[in-house]
Amino acid sequence: MADTAQPPLLQMRGISKAFPGVQALSEVDLTLHAGEVLALLGENGAGKSTLIKILGGAHPHDEGAIEIEGHQALLNNPLNSQAAGIGIIYQEFNLVAGLTARENIFLGQEPSRVCFIPRSQEEEQARALFARIGVEIEPDALCGELTVAQQQVVEIAKALSQEARIIVMDEPTAALTPREVEGLLKVIGELRAQGIGIIYISHRLDEIDEIADRVTILRDGSHVATRDKSKLQRDEMIELMVGRSLEKEFPFRECQPGNVRLAVKNLSRSSKVRNVSFELRAGEIVGLTGLVGAGRTETARLIFGADKKDSGTVELDGKPIGATSPRDAINCGICLLTEDRKSQGLILGQTVQENFGLPNLKQFTQTGLIDRAKESDALAKFVKQIPIKVASHDQPAQTLSGGNQQKVVLAKWLQRNAEVIIFDEPTRGIDVGAKYEIYQLINQLADEGKAILMISSELPEILGMSNRIIVMNEGRITGQISDVASATQEDIMKLATQREELAA
Amino acid sequence: MKNMKAGKLLSDYGNVLVLLLLCAVISFVTLEEQSPRSTAAAETLALKILKATGKDANVLILVRNGEGQQEFANTLKNTLSKAGLNVTDTIVGTPRDARAALGKQPSPLAAIATDEHMATFCAEQLPQLGKSIPALEKTTVHQPRKHTWPNFLKKENLLNVLKQISVVAIIAIGMTMVIITAGIDLSVGSLIAFSGVITALSIQQLAGGGDPATGHLLLGSAAGILVCALIGMGTGSLVTLFNIPAFIVTLGVMFIAKGLAFIFSQSAPIPVANEGFAWLGRGSDLMGLPNSVVLMLLLYGIAHVVMSHTSIGRYIYAVGGNPEAARLSGVPVKWVLVFVYTLCGLLAGLGGVMEASLHITGDPKSGTLVELQVIAAVVVGGTSLAGGQGKIFGTLVGALIIGVIRNGMNLTGVEAHMQSVVYGVVILIAVMVDQLKNRGLKTAH
Repeated sequence: MADTAQPPLLQMRGISKAFPGVQALSEVDLTLHAGEVLALLGENGAGKSTLIKILGGAHPHDEGAIEIEGHQALLNNPLNSQAAGIGIIYQEFNLVAGLTARENIFLGQEPSRVCFIPRSQEEEQARALFARIGVEIEPDALCGELTVAQQQVVEIAKALSQEARIIVMDEPTAALTPREVEGLLKVIGELRAQGIGIIYISHRLDEIDEIADRVTILRDGSHVATRDKSKLQRDEMIELMVGRSLEKEFPFRECQPGNVRLAVKNLSRSSKVRNVSFELRAGEIVGLTGLVGAGRTETARLIFGADKKDSGTVELDGKPIGATSPRDAINCGICLLTEDRKSQGLILGQTVQENFGLPNLKQFTQTGLIDRAKESDALAKFVKQIPIKVASHDQPAQTLSGGNQQKVVLAKWLQRNAEVIIFDEPTRGIDVGAKYEIYQLINQLADEGKAILMISSELPEILGMSNRIIVMNEGRITGQISDVASATQEDIMKLATQREELAA
Repeated sequence: MKNMKAGKLLSDYGNVLVLLLLCAVISFVTLEEQSPRSTAAAETLALKILKATGKDANVLILVRNGEGQQEFANTLKNTLSKAGLNVTDTIVGTPRDARAALGKQPSPLAAIATDEHMATFCAEQLPQLGKSIPALEKTTVHQPRKHTWPNFLKKENLLNVLKQISVVAIIAIGMTMVIITAGIDLSVGSLIAFSGVITALSIQQLAGGGDPATGHLLLGSAAGILVCALIGMGTGSLVTLFNIPAFIVTLGVMFIAKGLAFIFSQSAPIPVANEGFAWLGRGSDLMGLPNSVVLMLLLYGIAHVVMSHTSIGRYIYAVGGNPEAARLSGVPVKWVLVFVYTLCGLLAGLGGVMEASLHITGDPKSGTLVELQVIAAVVVGGTSLAGGQGKIFGTLVGALIIGVIRNGMNLTGVEAHMQSVVYGVVILIAVMVDQLKNRGLKTAH
């Protein structure tokens, strides 16, 4: 594919970078050719983000050389990096919500600070850029009103407008619906055809299978392997990332559902959740899926009392609970592991122990004072049992990896003796190795007789973990699949896209 | 790891270091020769005179008039008499008085016990007077040994610093909690005036035109504090129920409370006709410590325990750190917010009572701009305006830093407008240090 006589588009050689106390990268090599998609894989903390930040000029590297088309490049600040033709699309977009798509694309590129900006010219250019990507977006639409997928396209257009020849995408599909993912992959194919080199970071191996030409794998800050995608099997990919072999992606578990624990009846909230009814049995894992915006998270929040419901009842062990706040729900034994750990699950600036203790302070309080030793002992039990990787109980929660953060959230609910556990996207942003551990934990909890509702957009995960699957679309339950073993992703997608008028 | 711990220690207690440094600098600048007037100094002086003259000798005490001088003269007289010397006369006055007294000495005067001012006078005048008055021929002059000591580090001065910051520091406890929840309370200054006026008015009403009894004073003070706590509760309710930014709500309350204080008092200070009311503001009952300072230290002790060892303390930090995560963890977020604003109002009410007690008057003009001093103390104490972080004792140190700077500038005669400039600079430095600290923490991870 790449002309060997020509120097590669991007060559990073022997890149090392140390942060206080951590060697984030040691002698990492990376080569990217024009017109190819290079998947950059690795667990969280493997050094992908650091490598990307070096490329983007956000961090200087300690050692090593970066060459672009054979010329030494100095990427010591974001502007230099931009000028060198590198466009980086981070997970958190750099878009101003109050400006239009066009204004965002040309932000910072105004021809001069005082002169009048030729709007029509910009508009034309913006349209041309969108056409080049193959997506139609109104240049004068406010960015805040665009979907996540559209915003991503704006980011890509912005990079292209700066004549980027290298585009880096960090977890671009994390917040996209399956259909939007398809669209994005098409866009990437388009860019590749135009000779742009793309570095693609994702935890979703399906996408890698589909789009990548070559794969570079990092582990613990070191370069492990670079292979052609065609010569790399999926299992091998995981093994290289994790550094050990995994039996399967999902642990097996025999399910013997017990009594009905949670019964949801006719739950409604405006147009987000309409007349939702279902049951959860002891020892059962129920998968709840659907497209983004189908009302899954909203349903969970209603059960948990986080939002006000318009109508409907929630019963636990046959008794109606009138949870009007999370506090009520927690007292009844219902808990929710939120989709977004960073903004809803944890108080990042506080220590692991403080986060763990937050819903459990009553248990640790004697004569009005918190018994820290008792709290610490309780946490120690979970740290060992789950296990959670922490340096100390007084470590700020923000310093933990995604998987360990999730485990801390889980530990705090287990200490609270939760009976009904709702997982909302339990493995989002968690690396492959930790994913397996989380799956094992979920199984273990179900074995202990807890009732589990697992919300997920990842269909393999839903199919691999659930004993029963509930599919939602536009706020309604559009179907249930009881025979999970013979169900396919297509079955789920059919239900997930079923509209009201078609629903029987 | 060790490095990180040292860094954490510095970031947690860095402002203590700043405080100590400030104290050292101000001590150095206010270094001055001191002539001691304590009992111990008087005793040493008596012994010295006894040694020089022997028993039963005639001694005259000459002390320049001024604050505390009469006391010193009395101490001298007592100790000299006790030592077996014959004190012919004790003069506290001007050089003219001294000359008159010297002229009246009947029998030979062995020694004059004096302070530094009169010692200078004696040294100039005695040789001449000795020629004309035979009784003074062999008189020797004795004064306490001088030593050098910073004016700043004198006990009275240090107590004064503590007393001056007590009102601001006490309100700053409530403000710290409010700011940790990522809020702000601009109304506390006005509440000081409001509480003082309500307290003084209540006492007047309770006493029914007569002289108020102690019970009336207590009830009146309780009324002032309670009303402010209720106002705080109202503030908290508006912030939580209507989701109005605390800045706006408390700005409104600030104007309302200030206005009401003037309306209720008809724009005139309301006197309290019982000196006993000054107990809190002026008295010092425990080991010579001013009562307001004892109260302040007590409240800080309690607040520290509440913030670091109780559920409500954890909840306050949690609400400031991430209100949504706190709510989803079962923290009663609204209740916590109402609590902190109520407490802040209550402490502002207490501050108002203290201020009124100090002047034995409920003054609608008191407390002006105090809210900014309180916020400054909290910020200098290391509490982040972004919420979630802060330490109660940090705030006490912050209040001390501001109090010490003010005292130092007063002692060295820096004029008022310049003082304002210095406060501003101190606050900016504190905030910049805070930012750098946070940045340091972020890059460390």
